Amino acid sequence: MKTAIVVFPGSNREGDAARAIAEITGRDPVMVWHRDSELPKVDLAIVPGGFSYGDYLRCGAIAAHSPVLREVKARAAKGMAVLGICNGFQIITEAGLLPGVLMRNAGLKFVCRNVNLRVETSQSLFTQAYEAGQVLSVPVAHHEGNYYADAATLDRLEQSGRVAFRYCAPDGTLGEAANPNGSARHIAGIFNETKTVLGLMPHPENAIDSLLGSTDGRGLFKGIAEALS
Amino acid sequence: MTGRTKGATAAERPADLMGLTAEEYDRAVAIMGRAPNRTELGIFSVMWSEHCSYKSSKVWLKKLPTAGPRVIQGPGENAGVVDIGDGQAVVFKMESHNHPSFIEPYQGAATGVGGIMRDVFTMGARPIANLNALRFGSPDDAKTPHLVAGVVAGIGGYGNCMGVPTVGGEVNFHPSYNGNILVNAMTVGLADAARIFYSRAAGVGNPVIYVGAKTGRDGIHGATMASAEFSDDSEEKRPTVQVGDPFTEKLLLEACLELMATDAIVAIQDMGAAGLTSSSVEMSSKGGLGIELALDKVPVRESAMTPYEIMLSESQERMLLILKPEARDRARAIFDKWELDFAEIGRLTDSGRLVLTMHGKIAADMPVEPLVSQAPVYDRPIAPTPKQAAIDARSLPATSPVEALRKLIGCPDLASKRWVWEQYDHLIMGNTLQRPGGDAAVIRLGDGPKGLALASDCTPRYCAADPERGGMQAVAENWRNLTAVGALPLAITDNMNFGNPERPEIMGQFAGCIEGMRQACVALDYPVVSGNVSLYNETNGKGILPTPAIGGVGLLEDVARSASLALKQEGDRLVLLGATRGHLGQSLYLREIAGREEGPPPPVDLAAERRHGDFVRGLIREGAVTACHDLSDGGLLVALAEMAMAGRMGATLDAPGDKETPMAGWLFGEDQARYLVALPAERSATILDRAKSAGVPAAVVGRTGGTSLTLPGGEAISVAELSDINEGWLPRYMGAA
Repeated sequence: MKTAIVVFPGSNREGDAARAIAEITGRDPVMVWHRDSELPKVDLAIVPGGFSYGDYLRCGAIAAHSPVLREVKARAAKGMAVLGICNGFQIITEAGLLPGVLMRNAGLKFVCRNVNLRVETSQSLFTQAYEAGQVLSVPVAHHEGNYYADAATLDRLEQSGRVAFRYCAPDGTLGEAANPNGSARHIAGIFNETKTVLGLMPHPENAIDSLLGSTDGRGLFKGIAEALS
Repeated sequence: MTGRTKGATAAERPADLMGLTAEEYDRAVAIMGRAPNRTELGIFSVMWSEHCSYKSSKVWLKKLPTAGPRVIQGPGENAGVVDIGDGQAVVFKMESHNHPSFIEPYQGAATGVGGIMRDVFTMGARPIANLNALRFGSPDDAKTPHLVAGVVAGIGGYGNCMGVPTVGGEVNFHPSYNGNILVNAMTVGLADAARIFYSRAAGVGNPVIYVGAKTGRDGIHGATMASAEFSDDSEEKRPTVQVGDPFTEKLLLEACLELMATDAIVAIQDMGAAGLTSSSVEMSSKGGLGIELALDKVPVRESAMTPYEIMLSESQERMLLILKPEARDRARAIFDKWELDFAEIGRLTDSGRLVLTMHGKIAADMPVEPLVSQAPVYDRPIAPTPKQAAIDARSLPATSPVEALRKLIGCPDLASKRWVWEQYDHLIMGNTLQRPGGDAAVIRLGDGPKGLALASDCTPRYCAADPERGGMQAVAENWRNLTAVGALPLAITDNMNFGNPERPEIMGQFAGCIEGMRQACVALDYPVVSGNVSLYNETNGKGILPTPAIGGVGLLEDVARSASLALKQEGDRLVLLGATRGHLGQSLYLREIAGREEGPPPPVDLAAERRHGDFVRGLIREGAVTACHDLSDGGLLVALAEMAMAGRMGATLDAPGDKETPMAGWLFGEDQARYLVALPAERSATILDRAKSAGVPAAVVGRTGGTSLTLPGGEAISVAELSDINEGWLPRYMGAA
């Protein structure tokens, strides 16, 4: 599997994503600078976490209009897999690859902690290494992760199996106490219609090492690599 | 001051000396051979401010040990540099941003973090961890919650955007900080030991390059403001606080590191306190050269800025470089890529003078060397701190140990600071092995196996009661915290926060703390490689507790061989290493339970510290212990409670073997040089034998298991309840604010 990681001024988790890809797939990703309008021929593009352009406008709003993201959109339309993590989720949502919007956390504060995620479906190239209902421990680190969409959109996402992950308690049950940012219906990550694009707020790339407390994020990269190799 | 020149008369001096004394002004006139103009006077004022010149502290700082076999660079550069083997060096420093953070908590704290990160990457290191030592006023003070919220958000706002994990630090509360909080920020970076960058200018004719953000009118005279006491109108000083832009700093970091990978740079210096003034003067004075700057070429944010404003602005995210002339274009291309300003604003000369021009007109012309070498140095009078009478534990009212534990574990100083550190991205870079909340943070270096242990420490109430002992204890506790995770402590950075040095009792505190620190640093082979002094931490004539914050860095050869405080295994034996005498003077128990801040702080036996610490480190490295925690605030019982909460596992504590020790002293005494370790039962006899032959007092004091903490006499409290109390205070306090 060939992977490109798109780097904007202000991206800061591109190194963590690159490390996860290299370690789990055995192949180094190509780092693509935001001004490049050409994207190398790859199977997967990752839009990583950070503060693109300082996030001084709405998070991800400026990056969504960069030359490289136009190219990502065009390729995504032809079936290339796209993974947007944290700021990357905000960017690809702003770019229209996914519906809805990421608002300021309900608690109005940045939150960095391990959360529990319930895998909602194993029927996708991103989640095929997991079981539906499996509970993962993965960190979040964001200020704007409060996913919102209107009720009709949320219904449509749920009915078409496009909710990838939800925040949950350790036993998999849902509730306000387990939701770190107030997101609608406890949504942590969603797919596009063809399930070739995934956006999520948590950081699976920071849950790949038992010394650091969790390896639950490995399955995501392993699943993609198996599906695309 | 010495060598006093024939002074001008009061009538000849300008009305506003910009913070200089009359004698200092006269000295400036003598150096110039004429009255300085406004720009020149501004330059004297900031260069000779306490903040930049260390004029009151210099004679004392010289006493600290700064060398060692691993020290590559001690104090005097942007940050200290220590060799950690394999061609790697760790670069670190701690710096205060106290006054700005009180006036404007978000921006004050944010720019403090930005400034210290710049100090570290200026030297060629990539910042890999941040820590913060924060001290706020009483929780009952109406301003405190607002300051906590703003400072924490500011630290997070800057550090999170930079992509550098904030992995540790301290948060304490005391009424002495009501009008003057302390925000001490520390950054640790990793560099190639053969590629450290310095600020010493060289090469007559070499271009002087300005990079980074544009210069605005913010922070003018910030260094001078930081060198004066506060009064009730301190809020009016808000315009002297700088405004941070972490996005620009992130670009500046990446651009500088990219440029540093080439051989273009002769010298580099960030523009921190006193901005373009101190950077240009320091670089040229270190190189024994002159420097010419055309101020009209400086990128500015606002039109019609005067030379005075440009030289004194403390706008953030700026750097001054001396480049090899042939590398100009290559360097410019890198800054273009990162969309940052890159302006050639001058050149080095052999005149030995700082010459500033504006549109071809000379704005200032002054000798460089005397600005630094003739800066005033004061050996200020000292009054010793009176010794306090010992506390007799038997004189204290009897309390239920469980009740006392409840109170202690929920008091502002010991309550969990999760509310704070969850606002900091402490996981980015994927190397945070021990997160905030333990004795020391542990971060892996790259893919390992090496790692660093990092901690910041100070017990200001000890320093107030006995500065020498307090200074010694701050260094010893820091050394102990690094040892408790299995690291070899390498070196420290110090952030000396004190009141008005013109008062002899304050200078006495300063001198005492330095003497104690000196003894500890020597005894523990723990040199000071960088630091910062913040004086005049007073409001309306009332000083803060003397607070020499110590930031320490330790090395782990293999991160897999480290220890954490969490209990992990049922049926382990709890072994207390070090002697317990039950010292309650200045203890948290005395303060929180008896309401008394009295008595002498615990004695520090540096030989015992070293012996005990070396023994514990050995045990951790051979994998003999399952958990380890140093004993400090709150003593044995608080330490055990913290281990139980971290591991979500109960334990039983025995009565002291020695019937002479009063129960309160046994449970809550703050005797130094102690560690509590958990280890498998079958190994305890061997370890006790080994401790005995190593000269380390050791005894089995309990065992792990169950869901409650059971005290001598059978009283018990569930670990879940302890955690609720410990985790509850800060969110409740901030939520109610």
